[in-house]
Amino acid sequence: MKLEDYELRGTALRSSDIKKGKVLSTSWEPDLKYAWDNGVAIGRYLAELKAGQIIGRACHKCRRIMIPPRMFCELCFRPTDEWIPLEDTGTVNTFSIVHVNWDASRRKKGEPPLIPAVIEIDGASKGMGIMHMLSEVDPKDVKIGMKVKAVWKSEEEREGAITDILYFKPARAKAGKRRKQ
Amino acid sequence: MTNRVAIVGIGTTGFRPVTPDVSFRELIFEAARKAYTDAGLEPSEIDGFITAAEDFVEGYSIADEYCPDQIGAVLKPTQTIPGDFIQALATGYMMIMTGAFKTVAIEAHSKASNIKNVDELTGFAFDPVYNRPLRESPHAIAGLEMMRYMFETCTSADQCASVVVKNKFNAMHNPYAAFGSDIETIDVLNSEPVSLPIHRLDIAQHADGAVVAVLAAEDVALSLTDIPIWIEGLGWCTDTPTLEMRDWGEAVYAAYSAEMAYRMAGITNPAADIDFAEICDEYSYKELQHMEALKLCMPGEAGHFVETGVTDISGELPINVSGGALGVGHLFEASGAHKILELVEQLRGEAGMRQIPDVEVGLAQTWRGVPTATGAVAILSNF
Amino acid sequence: MGYRKVAIVGAGMTKFVRRAQETGKELSWQAAKMALDSCELTLDQVDCVTLGTAPDAFDGVHMKGEYLADGAGAWRKPYMRHYVGGGTGVFSPIHGWFHIASGMADIVLVVAEEKMSSCHPHPQGAFITIFDHTTEQPLKPNLIWIFALEMNRYMQTYGLSKKDIALVSVKNKKNAIDHPAAQVAEEITVDDVLNSETLAWPVNRLDISPASDGAAAIVLVSERVARRLTDKPVWIDGVGFSIDTAYWATRDLSYPNYVETAARMAYDMAGITEPSKQIHVAEPYDPFDYKELHHMEGLMLCPRGKAAQLTADGVTQRDGNMPICPSGGALGVGNPIAATGLMKVIEIFLQLRGDAGKRQVPGNPTCGLAQAWGDLMQMGTVVVMRS
Repeated sequence: MKLEDYELRGTALRSSDIKKGKVLSTSWEPDLKYAWDNGVAIGRYLAELKAGQIIGRACHKCRRIMIPPRMFCELCFRPTDEWIPLEDTGTVNTFSIVHVNWDASRRKKGEPPLIPAVIEIDGASKGMGIMHMLSEVDPKDVKIGMKVKAVWKSEEEREGAITDILYFKPARAKAGKRRKQ
Repeated sequence: MTNRVAIVGIGTTGFRPVTPDVSFRELIFEAARKAYTDAGLEPSEIDGFITAAEDFVEGYSIADEYCPDQIGAVLKPTQTIPGDFIQALATGYMMIMTGAFKTVAIEAHSKASNIKNVDELTGFAFDPVYNRPLRESPHAIAGLEMMRYMFETCTSADQCASVVVKNKFNAMHNPYAAFGSDIETIDVLNSEPVSLPIHRLDIAQHADGAVVAVLAAEDVALSLTDIPIWIEGLGWCTDTPTLEMRDWGEAVYAAYSAEMAYRMAGITNPAADIDFAEICDEYSYKELQHMEALKLCMPGEAGHFVETGVTDISGELPINVSGGALGVGHLFEASGAHKILELVEQLRGEAGMRQIPDVEVGLAQTWRGVPTATGAVAILSNF
Repeated sequence: MGYRKVAIVGAGMTKFVRRAQETGKELSWQAAKMALDSCELTLDQVDCVTLGTAPDAFDGVHMKGEYLADGAGAWRKPYMRHYVGGGTGVFSPIHGWFHIASGMADIVLVVAEEKMSSCHPHPQGAFITIFDHTTEQPLKPNLIWIFALEMNRYMQTYGLSKKDIALVSVKNKKNAIDHPAAQVAEEITVDDVLNSETLAWPVNRLDISPASDGAAAIVLVSERVARRLTDKPVWIDGVGFSIDTAYWATRDLSYPNYVETAARMAYDMAGITEPSKQIHVAEPYDPFDYKELHHMEGLMLCPRGKAAQLTADGVTQRDGNMPICPSGGALGVGNPIAATGLMKVIEIFLQLRGDAGKRQVPGNPTCGLAQAWGDLMQMGTVVVMRS
């Protein structure tokens, strides 16, 4: 058989065909509501964020310190062992300069691009990152490997959510530590 | 050459109306850890994994992303079946029968308590063009079917209510069940009318919980356990999804899937060959309608069976000894899982207070709920 | 190892279009009917039906497998839906393979459907709920972010430029000109890609495949039935699938481990020890241009970080030594997720039969593979086929 021997079906429409009523359509806005149980690990993670602290969880078998924390180690398949407070600093594993919003609409004129990044958190095992945003930095200056530090909401504004960290910004080199070459 | 497949391990969290203390991951981990320990295997030794889940029940698009970690399936052959646990069981069975997999783990769970408007969710499964704009309640669809079933078989509302009484009573003896109680048929008939002939108590309430089962090829099964629970028959079927075209009195999907499973198991006289059954009772009448479709009794006979105690735990054909969905809870894709769990415990002789003596062959049957006409059947034995 | 042999004997598909007038059920039916016609079978001869389709949020129907059932030819049949996110289309023949290799069935109809245009205002909106509801969704992420993050890491690790990667888009869109179902086939240049709108640097609009509506179907049969139906069966000799952790931000984003694991499983089954020599033609999943390169490396068709060089050297062109995506891929033919994966399987089926027409790669290929990938960049599915 060859595809070319068949008249392939499928009728292409333009948006205007629907807008002008050339074809009829039915629309529906689902109103689904969920409230997720955070559970032990993420519950504590959020509570610690409210307190201005990033926390991880250690597995004594594979010796990984994991973030986001989890009550079981997915590799050793046993309960994890210990809560480990982590730094609110980290290293940019990768980033993007984004001009679209979540729903594919474009950023408005004058709105700066968004800079999501995977940030490896200091104190966790190598490669253990979370997704968050970068700000207070010129997009042109963002580099993989850059050291960053969390900028928190004020204590009163924090509510126990990942957004209690507003974003990460370039970290100044700490005294005694060499700036990245 | 593999010619039989057995369940060699099973684990559950039990079922509760809410589980605010744990995340879905933590819930599933508990069931998985128990199942693997029960089987005497670590997940690293298991060849394949299946999760039964639907996106909108999970509240995720592409919910299968989140399936591997809590079942130990990282970098393992893993798939999601958006269907009932028994359909996933059939996939696992086929995987082992290919010879490419020796062991397969199957997981299903419900975090129903996290869905705040379940009726809206069910309504979202209706045909978007023909049915959804009518804004019918899902229970109204079941009401239409119950009415037609009662009409065709001369079954009474009282007989349907007896199913609720029996199953909630059975559930009191099941430590896993969420909704056990001791009520009378009049309580059912006096409960809030929802979509007559359906009353509030005719409807199974949702519950949370997880189940994980481990399947193995015959040679592996025999090396792992003294009581492998063999999969003798499997059947699954989808009748038309179009509401306007279906048979409203009869559960055709159940009849067809049973036929397939009986053929595979070599069962010619189901009523005699099946010792006990766990049958979908998401609505009270469904247990009766399904019994007839499964040929466990003649059409129109099921109501009489339940009324006269034939399907009680001490009767000739115990049905839903676990408490069924009415007593245990409606578990979405895990509905079939709690039925398989009950079969395994009964066939192993580990069912405690609700143990039926001398059982050898059990049947589990599920339906995927309104508005579907999809169901599955599994037949298990201990010899 | 001897498995019960499984053959592909028929195939069908619709055109891939941005917005189809047909409903998802109708698209499924059109593809399924063509597949059955192509091997002269009728629906009543089909034992079982299995359906692949990606998120319910696209079609806007909960339990979309149930909704699509009659369109897929499942009426009163054993019917199941399988689902591994974006990897679904290449998993479809694997789920069908389970049915036949196990002895459960002799003839299985495998259908894959996607109607992304139902989701308004844009199907990308459906993707916010792929992210973790507690730790990620509050950041309001867009699907493209995750690809941009991975692409950037991949480029950085191997020192690749956007130009190196854009060549894939140019090649695939050109290949698609010869595909009768193609949605966005055109002759473009690297500069067109680089100058197209930057959505999420390093991802530009022409780095991405379009949103599409479409369906595809194949017929799988046992060896006995295959011998009766055709003298050109194409055998499924190896299947592989693998999923990595859902904690995607903790993975090495520069290399698709899950594709390698899946490929190793399929290669073991098919007895392939030197993939770059033994695989004659491949259809890796290319929803983004860098993904084709990423996947070639995961499939071990070339060393890590070297896929871009092969592309620049023309090795992956249709007349090159290792033709990659001769169909035109997701970038050219279009990307109705699950249907795309099955379209790739169909392309290899046609290539191995010598039936690919203008798209035919030279040298009478006898062994090919299709691969897809999905979820939070964590799922790999691989099928190895031989004529």
